[in-house]
Amino acid sequence: MPGDLPAPIVNADSAPYWEGARNGKLLLQRCRDCGTLRFFPRYLCTACGSDHTEWAEASGRGTVHSFTIVHRAALPEFQARTPYVVALIDLEEGPRMMTNIVGDDALDVALGEAVTMAFEERGTEGAMVPQFRRGAGDV
Amino acid sequence: MSSLRNKVIVAGVGESDIGKVPHMTGVGLNAQACKRALDDAGLTLKDVDGLLTAYTMTEPYFMLGTVVAEYLGLQPRYCASVAVGGGSPAVMLKHAAEAVLAGNCDTVLVCAGENRATGQTRDSAVAALTIVGHPYFENPYGPLIPGFYAMIARRYMHEYGTTREQMAAVAVNGRNHALRHPNAHMKKPITIEDVLTSKPIAEPLNILDCCLISDAAGAFVVTRADRAPDMRKRPAWLLGIGEFHTHEHLIAAPSLTEFGCRQSGEAAYAMAGLGPEDVDFAQLYDCFTIVPIIEMEELGLAERGAGGEMFLRKETAIEGRFPVNTDGGLLSHAQAGAGGGIFGIVEALRQLRGGEGPRQVKRHDVALVHNEGGILSSNCTILLGREAR
Repeated sequence: MPGDLPAPIVNADSAPYWEGARNGKLLLQRCRDCGTLRFFPRYLCTACGSDHTEWAEASGRGTVHSFTIVHRAALPEFQARTPYVVALIDLEEGPRMMTNIVGDDALDVALGEAVTMAFEERGTEGAMVPQFRRGAGDV
Repeated sequence: MSSLRNKVIVAGVGESDIGKVPHMTGVGLNAQACKRALDDAGLTLKDVDGLLTAYTMTEPYFMLGTVVAEYLGLQPRYCASVAVGGGSPAVMLKHAAEAVLAGNCDTVLVCAGENRATGQTRDSAVAALTIVGHPYFENPYGPLIPGFYAMIARRYMHEYGTTREQMAAVAVNGRNHALRHPNAHMKKPITIEDVLTSKPIAEPLNILDCCLISDAAGAFVVTRADRAPDMRKRPAWLLGIGEFHTHEHLIAAPSLTEFGCRQSGEAAYAMAGLGPEDVDFAQLYDCFTIVPIIEMEELGLAERGAGGEMFLRKETAIEGRFPVNTDGGLLSHAQAGAGGGIFGIVEALRQLRGGEGPRQVKRHDVALVHNEGGILSSNCTILLGREAR
């Protein structure tokens, strides 16, 4: 199904994040003053207000904080995928992000279990979105 | 600014026709609710010098505050649109009270709601609500509002042992009360089994765990407390009110089990000099069945992990120890965008006055109303009294 969903929307805050995803990397912002990692990308550090920011590569490992199995999607392009899993993942580095759990066993996902980064192609021009699959396998 | 306690009153309330009202526009429903609220207070549009409303997702209006003022033929000296989702009505009461106390105006008309059931198709109503998700970092994963609350529910169940039966009991509680309300959207009884076997939307939430999509608007009138003797009926005194905003999107929520309702409640209790033990009944925001359980616990109305059991044991029934959502709430009375929470304020004044027949609670001196918007993002808690305290 690669490419059957629209490409993510890139803007000035997030361009490096999505460029990283195209290259198979999950990038987080790190404050160059206080060191706090943050997700999602923003202009200022949410811990100290600094505008000195660098990008750091995440390991791609995390655990499931919570999840839902969607049976009735809000948009037609997602309805074709139902049932699918939407989850909140706590990355090994700390920040929390949203993802789908992908893979044949996705619907067996459990709270607290380990997940590993994967990528999914979106749109028609090679855009990739970070996704996660069950297990602590190789990134 | 000094405390708002005992300084302003909610002098009148009104609700539009509710359910499927295809012969009226969204702004028209607001006008109908406004007229009924002014009639209830014994006032007319000529007495109104302030107007607050929220926003609409069904009609192509920008600046809804002045849109509604214009529609009503008002030229207010205080007017704004407030957009904190379902939290808007309670926050508008706070803003109105502050404006009155500051002398910016004397009498503020507050309204909210829209024609969400018939002003758009059901599919477009659901699709329009994707705007609540983060456009860049949530929506690529196909979430939906029930899905966000489902993730909260699953985590809350995990940490505090809340059960699906307890959540279903929230829906049944609301429905039982709506059956006694002459203007409620839903008229058919439901059972816990009905909720548990209804169509799954986003696990663990089924369709009967989700609020309605209604045509509905509500309104209330806020004015100075010293004008209470001039009102047609007994008003409600604003005893305490507090708001707190922790995030907008679920990815940025500080926690999936602790929310800003704790801080908004603490601020309201502190202003009123009251505690949870002083509250006689509550109108809690119930967009999904997990939410009133969390609010009960965060607002100190139940021990942590014990809120769900109060619903299951029917302690929240009108005849129970602590009645909750006596009008049926968003799950069974009405939900129309920013208008959902306004009916909690409407119902609180009616119950405080007394005389609601089969819906009337026994003890009705102090009411708590809680509104929340987004994904438990914007919270506002109100304490209203039958008397100044």
